[in-house]
Amino acid sequence: MEREKLLEVKDLKQHFKIGRGRVVKAVDGISFDIYKGEVLGLVGESGCGKSTTGRTIIGLYDATDGDVIFKGENVHGKKNKAEKLKFNRAMQMIFQDPYASLNPRMTVADIIAEGIDIHGLAKTKEDRMNRVYDLLETVGLTKEHASRYPHEFSGGQRQRIGIARALAVEPDFIIADEPISALDVSIQAQVVNLMKELQRDRDLTYLFIAHDLSMVKYISDRIGVMYQGHLVELAPAARLYENPLHAYTKSLLSAIPLPDPEHERTRKRIVYESKSLGAVGRSDEDSSIPPLREVEPGHYVSLTDEEYEAYKAQFV
Amino acid sequence: MIENKKNFEQFDQDMFQRVEMNEQLGERIAGKSLNFWQDAWMRLKKNKAAILSLSVIVILVLLALFGPMLSGRDAYEQNISQAKLPPKVTGLEWAGFDGMANLGGRDINFYEQKNVEENFWFGTDYLGRDLWSRVWEGTRISLFIGLMAAIIDTVIGVAYGGISAYFGGRTDNIMQRIVEILTGVPNLILIILFILIFDPGVFTIILAMTITGWIGMSRLVRGQILKLKNQEFVLAARTLGASSTRLIFKHLIPNTLGAIIITLMFTIPSAIFFEAFLSFIGIGLQPPQASLGTLINDGYKELRTFPYLLVIPSVIIVLLMVSFNLLADGLRDAFDPKMRK
Ligand SMILES: Nc1ncnc2c1ncn2[C@@H]1O[C@H](COP(=O)(O)OP(=O)(O)O)[C@@H](O)[C@H]1O
Ligand SMILES: [Mg+2]
Repeated sequence: MEREKLLEVKDLKQHFKIGRGRVVKAVDGISFDIYKGEVLGLVGESGCGKSTTGRTIIGLYDATDGDVIFKGENVHGKKNKAEKLKFNRAMQMIFQDPYASLNPRMTVADIIAEGIDIHGLAKTKEDRMNRVYDLLETVGLTKEHASRYPHEFSGGQRQRIGIARALAVEPDFIIADEPISALDVSIQAQVVNLMKELQRDRDLTYLFIAHDLSMVKYISDRIGVMYQGHLVELAPAARLYENPLHAYTKSLLSAIPLPDPEHERTRKRIVYESKSLGAVGRSDEDSSIPPLREVEPGHYVSLTDEEYEAYKAQFV
Repeated sequence: MIENKKNFEQFDQDMFQRVEMNEQLGERIAGKSLNFWQDAWMRLKKNKAAILSLSVIVILVLLALFGPMLSGRDAYEQNISQAKLPPKVTGLEWAGFDGMANLGGRDINFYEQKNVEENFWFGTDYLGRDLWSRVWEGTRISLFIGLMAAIIDTVIGVAYGGISAYFGGRTDNIMQRIVEILTGVPNLILIILFILIFDPGVFTIILAMTITGWIGMSRLVRGQILKLKNQEFVLAARTLGASSTRLIFKHLIPNTLGAIIITLMFTIPSAIFFEAFLSFIGIGLQPPQASLGTLINDGYKELRTFPYLLVIPSVIIVLLMVSFNLLADGLRDAFDPKMRK
């Protein structure tokens, strides 16, 4: 059965002009699809363009080039107000920094109800508050929290308030931009579990961004690895761990600590050097990271022609 | 040891209560919920200097409004036969309010000399006008000028800086170049020209001060908004579909308000002082208008014989300046305790 594509990203580019004619190619031509109901993990080191990808998809930045097709409609470069609002309801975002993502001057109730107010989802004041209470309960907080201000909460609680705010407009698709990176490890699992639960109960689709591979594994169905504005490998989560092909992916995997002293003692961090398999320096003007090729069903890697031939030769 | 054991035996099981712990309770927050303003007020209340300053300001404002009524004399009514009477308050003779002045080495009681029965609390000036009424009249005008200048600066500054930062890009670029040109012009020259062209008066002075006065406020607001508009809570509101109006009035302005109020509080005393300066050098308010500046200007001419003419308005202006600055300082600490040095 062919799965339904919820989101298609086609050759998306986001170049920032930073003055004096200089340009940062934060995202430089990436393409991927997200199927309905799945979780696509997106990993890569800091500064490789993950947040920019997320923010461009949701329309916070105008894409330099490329298309984003959501539910069969091109979502960029159009739209009257009503269409925009419809899109805003369907796609939401959870942010990285639990301290910066909540307005310190608003009560939790007003923060969570912001989407309800903007889209006029509540008929009465009472209805509005009931929705807020329900959402608070959904994310494991209580009614009493509604009248409080963000500074009274811990990082994990704030992140859950952020999740409730996104859920308030009943979206189908949520971009979670490193939602757990700023949290304690013990709290990370709590938030990931909450997100998993919500996905099951509400039939959500996620783009889950992270900067290391350790947590993504537990939540993602497929994982994309980003390097310097490009997607270098995309595979089902299990396959990526069993059979990483791109040197950069191997390097990321080698960085995951395991609760096994023997393994830890012998663990070797594979340093990713440019010019090894599939590596290209970013500053070279015309350097291009080679396109993705399907090397096994659903497993895509960025390889040059020669590398591809060499890879095939191994299996003959 | 043994004694301890004995002590423990006094406690029996049912004096204890089990504390139930569950997830719901774990998330509970004890303590009262305070919003930003309540929190700031709590902290301000603990700052003695700021509270004292606030009281001084309140008293001075009340006196400025109702002081002239207390003496019942008009601030502009002249009476040459009662000119230059030193301050006299019954019961406060020991503090210098005795109606005496030193003229040519001799202490003279002017009230006896001029056959004046009533007391002038702050004395009278060279035209016999009651200084008490004039000082409070002057304080009122000075406060009015300070407040109006500060409000106009704030309105223009917030709008200009806000628009510049919110729209950013080319708009910001052009607007900031204009500001740079304005800052390049020496502002005293601009103000003097302005006053020469129009008649000197309260409104001319206010306008003259605001020609360039708003620039500081606009810079502050621009900086704040530039910082805020990329914060994740603003991005979150945008992904929810918030309109510009909503972003500005619900997210950006409320988070800038503290800084705006602090700057406003610093602008008031500097505007008061600037008016006094202009009046003192003779291009501010013109006689018979009273302001703290014109009173000081009048007073300093007779400094040798009648020092009270200079001292009284000077003390008031110093009180105003110090109080406003201390209060603004206290507000800054109250709004942003992290910035406290
Ligand atoms: N608004 C912007 N203007 C200019 N450069 C930017 C902007 N946003 C991000 N960048 C740059 O783009 C690159 C990718 O940033 P980002 O997407 O935040 O990375 P990540 O989320 O993977 O850590 C970085 O080099 C960053 O400096
Ligand atoms: Mg990021």
